Formats: sequence, structure tokens, C-alpha cells
Amino acid sequence: MARITMREAISQALWEEMERDPSVFILGEEVGVWGGTYAVTKGFYDHFGPERVRDTPIAEAVIIGAAIGAALTGLRPIAELMTINFAFSAMDHIVNQAAKLHYMFGGQMILPLVIRAVGGGGRQLGATHSQTPDAVFAHFPGLKVVAPGTPADAKGLLKAAIRSQDPVLFIEHATLYQTRGEVPEGDYIVPLGKSTIQREGRHVTIVTYSKMLEISTKAADQLAKEGIEVEIVDLRSLRPLDMAPVLESFKKTNRAVIVEEGWKSYGVGAEVASRIYEEAFDYVDAPIKRVAQAEVPLPYNRTLEQMALPQVEDVIKAVKEVL
Amino acid sequence: MEKREYLDLYHQMVVIRRLEERSAELYQQGKIGGFLHLYIGQEAVSTGLISVRRPEDRIITAYRDHGVAINCGLSAREVMAELLGKVTGCSRGKGGSMHLADVKKNFWGGHAIVGAHLPIAAGLALGDVYQNNKAVTVCMFGDGATNIGYFHEALNLSKVWNLPVLWVCENNQYGMGTAVERASAVSEMRQKADGYGMKSEAVNGMNVIEVREVSARLYEEIRNGSGPQFLEVITYRFRGHSMGDPERYRSSEEVKTWLENDPIGIYHRYLLEHQIASEEELQEQIRLAEEEINDAVAFAEASPEPPAEELFQHIYVEG
Repeated sequence: MARITMREAISQALWEEMERDPSVFILGEEVGVWGGTYAVTKGFYDHFGPERVRDTPIAEAVIIGAAIGAALTGLRPIAELMTINFAFSAMDHIVNQAAKLHYMFGGQMILPLVIRAVGGGGRQLGATHSQTPDAVFAHFPGLKVVAPGTPADAKGLLKAAIRSQDPVLFIEHATLYQTRGEVPEGDYIVPLGKSTIQREGRHVTIVTYSKMLEISTKAADQLAKEGIEVEIVDLRSLRPLDMAPVLESFKKTNRAVIVEEGWKSYGVGAEVASRIYEEAFDYVDAPIKRVAQAEVPLPYNRTLEQMALPQVEDVIKAVKEVL
Repeated sequence: MEKREYLDLYHQMVVIRRLEERSAELYQQGKIGGFLHLYIGQEAVSTGLISVRRPEDRIITAYRDHGVAINCGLSAREVMAELLGKVTGCSRGKGGSMHLADVKKNFWGGHAIVGAHLPIAAGLALGDVYQNNKAVTVCMFGDGATNIGYFHEALNLSKVWNLPVLWVCENNQYGMGTAVERASAVSEMRQKADGYGMKSEAVNGMNVIEVREVSARLYEEIRNGSGPQFLEVITYRFRGHSMGDPERYRSSEEVKTWLENDPIGIYHRYLLEHQIASEEELQEQIRLAEEEINDAVAFAEASPEPPAEELFQHIYVEG
């Protein structure tokens, strides 16, 4: 197994799927000649050509709308949104079209569509370019939403998304692109809608995903030195949400902290905590804690921005509070 | 055109008219719920436009879609059943009036968000280009849709990528209750195509033969690689925007003038004057259309409600 970056893992999945299936193609802003603003599709344009790596105008509604239309004709488009913040310009096409056409027309329309979008804060991009609105999109039945936290999951989930018959929003975190990890070569599939236990422990369960898996892992490493064994459940998919590993872990530890990068109100943590209370109330030994972003538009100033984002210390503090 | 084809156009227009009149009655009886947008007055537009399409050509439209569905070959039964929310409807009772479709007949809906189907139409055409299909995508929308951003993103992309789309603007003079001149910076919708370097023309939408002839020529030009084109069809809806429209925005004189231009009446006189058909033959078509609609209503009313398990079906293809 090769040790590669998240960026390379995503790139590898795209490349291999395009080699495997001629109906797979990419469209988006600067995906072609530029090579992708995060360099994920570097070299694709020269190899696959302008028909399969299509540079679009800066016009998000028609990027997603055209991807939907092409998917309806039996193709497997991968639409890239330069950042998930631009998804709001295509909101109707994501939540009102992609998420609904299959159901609303009684099953006759099929959209094997992937929307790749880069999200997350921590790069001093200011309030409009730093959001983690994953929960917003996970709210809508009909859409599948995944957000990997490791390079291996990124590759396996992206391949599954491309092969899926359903529309999938694939959320990448910009500050994870350089993260390295062991990634299986060739056909490696991680099924959509399956959470997983990333680290075993017996004292407390941390439920998290994406960038916050990294933060939570660092917290767990420090806590381990104090003899506190943390179990980490990585959701990986937000819709469908697989609660089985979460509940299984919680029934063992009886304590949980949920760590998410987005805002706390109406967020992923709210959903997961409610489900634990609904389905495992008899196992609750302490109130469930949520660690999330401060409820402000993310500021530019580095110190303020870091204050707003969940940090390792915040996770450690929350874990100690539930113990 | 053969006599049979002339009569078929007439038949389709009368079926649409009767379907809409019966729908209005059923709506008032509370048997049809939600919104109901009638196509009465605009029958010649989709009838002429779709009469010359090939099976591989894709049709997509907005929410005033009952007539388009009939012209695309959906039966009055499955349309009426959908309006009544029955599982025998074309969208299994889950779409309703604004969401009719039959992808096997290359009819891609029935879309209820103003202008949002235009980017999807660009994608349907992109799919054909990618797969080397020599097909045309016909995208119909109202004058109101030309003022929203989706319209401009879609027209621009279609021109940049030279997509085989026929953009058809049904200018029925009003976006809901707002007259064109109160909502649009230009009075002719086709002027907006100029901004994208796109060829455009206008046609009298009350005359089915004129619509048909212009459409036939445009399909062939687009099929042969002209790139996207824009057709503005001048028409009028005889009824309100939807059921329950108080119609305070237009005068009864204006409506009367247009009613004298009834597309079915115009075509009826055309067929008689050109001795294509006799009055008896046309009356026979009217009788057949009425029979068809009576049968459709009976079928829809007798059809079962969707079973409870239908609620959770078709959220996803997998899982």
C-alpha cells in the first residue's frame, strides 16, 4: 500500500474511474487547462482531452444544471464546485432538482451525478469562503452527502460515489489535501452510508468526520497519555447517516462528544446527539457534549479565526467534562 | 403533409382543450389539488412545435405542461390520473400537475421552478453531443423565465459549447400577473438571444401551421450543427395564470380580442378553407377527443390511490 496525500488519493480515484468508464467526465471552473485550483485534476486535460475535462464559465447554477441534464442521458458527470461556498449559487439545482427529480417523477429519472466541493475554514479566506455548511445539504432527502477524513476513505468513497446511481455531494476539506495516509492501489471501494470506528477505546466515544477526525485524533493521542482511552467513530457519510457503529460504541462507553467544524445550532452534532438519546437513552451516563464552530461568520484575522474553529484543547476539555 | 396528419394536429389541440376544461371542473370539485396552470389558448404552440420532432429529440418544459405531455404522446389517461394524484399517473401520483414526464417518450418534464430547467436542458443536449447522438433538445419556457439568472447562464453555456438546443420562449404576455413591459428590459424576448450571439426569430403562436413550419426548419438547422437557436412564440393564455387568479391585471377587451384569435378556431377555418377536411370530419375529431377525455376521467377516478409503501419509494435508486 502506498502512502499518499488526500489530494493524490482523490486524483487517483478520478483518473482510474475515467480510464475505466468512458461515460465519466468532469466539468467545472478551471478543472482543465489550469489543472484544478487545488491541482486535483492536474494532467487530466492533456490526457483525457477537452470533451471529458470541460472548463465552464463561472456560473454554478448551469454547472450543476448541465451535470444533471447530462446524467439524465446516462452519463456520469463529476461537477466540481471550486468551493462549497459557491454551492449556494447553485442551491436550487442541488437541493430542488438533483435531490428531487428521481422521486418527484415516480422513479423514472435517474441521476448518476457527483458534485465535488471543497469546504472548510482555517485559511484566512474570510466569511464567504470558509464555511462548513455540510449539515445544510445533509438536510435534504434524495441527496447523498459524504465527507472523508482520510486519504483511503477519500479514494474509496469517491469511487463509490462515481459508480452510484444517485446524486452524491462529495465534500473535501481544503486543509486535508496534504494529509498522508495508506491508500490501497487500484479498485478500492468504500460503501456510501457506512460509518466506521477509526480508533478503539473504552472510556468515551468521539463522533466526528472530515477535518475534525484529525483534530479528534490529536486530542485522543494526548488523552491516551493520561490514561483516557477514546473511541473515535468517523461518520464519513452524513446522508444516509449510519448510526449503528455510533450506538454500538456508545453502549460500550456510555459517554459521547461530537466534534464538527460547522456551527453547532441545527448541526450534525445536534442530529447525532438526538439519535443517541432516542435510541440509547438507557445507556447515557453523562450529558452528551458538542464541540463546534463559534456562532459567527468566520473572521479573516488568524487569531480570531482559530478562536472560532474547534481546537484540540476544546476536544480534550469536552472529553474531560463527560468523564 | 397528408390529410391524416392535418387531422391529427386538430385532434391533439382539441384533446388538450377538453383536457384543460375538464381539469378546471375537477379542480373546482376539489378532485385536483395544488396548483393548476391551464394551457388553453396556447395549444398551437406545443402542437406545432412537437409535431415535427423525431423520437430522439428531447422535450423539456415548465409547469404549464399538460398540453406538452399530450403532444409528446402521453395518454390522456396517465395525464389525468397524475392530476388526480393516482398511482396510475405518469409520475405515480408524486409529481402532480406541474411534474408530468415520460422519459421513454423523451419528455423530460414538467418543471416548476421558473427557469431552473434551462440549465438542465443544456445538460441534456451536452449528453447528446458527448454520445454523438444527432438529436435536438427543445426547451420551452415562458416570457417570465427570461428575467431570471438561470436563463442567462444556460443560453451563454449553450452558445459557448455550441449545444443543439432550440430555446422556445412562449411569450403569453404575462409572467403571472405582471405584464412583459413591467418586468423585462426589452419588449421582444428574442432580443435577449442577441446578447449571446444566437440566431433568433419570432412566430405567431396562434397558428399551428406557422409554428410547425418554422420549427421543422429550425430542427434541421440545429441537427446539422447550427448551434443553439432561439424561437419566440407570440401567444396568449385565455385563462388566469393558475386557478384562483383574480385577473385584475388585464382588461376583458384585451382577452376578447385574443379569444377571437383562438388557435383552434383559426386552424378549423384553415382546414375548411383549404378544403383539407369537411365540417363533419372536424366534428368527428371533436367527438373522438371528448370520448378520450371522458374515458381518461373515468380511468383516473377509478384508479387506486398510491399504496402507503409508495411514500418511501424512489428517494434513491440504491439504498
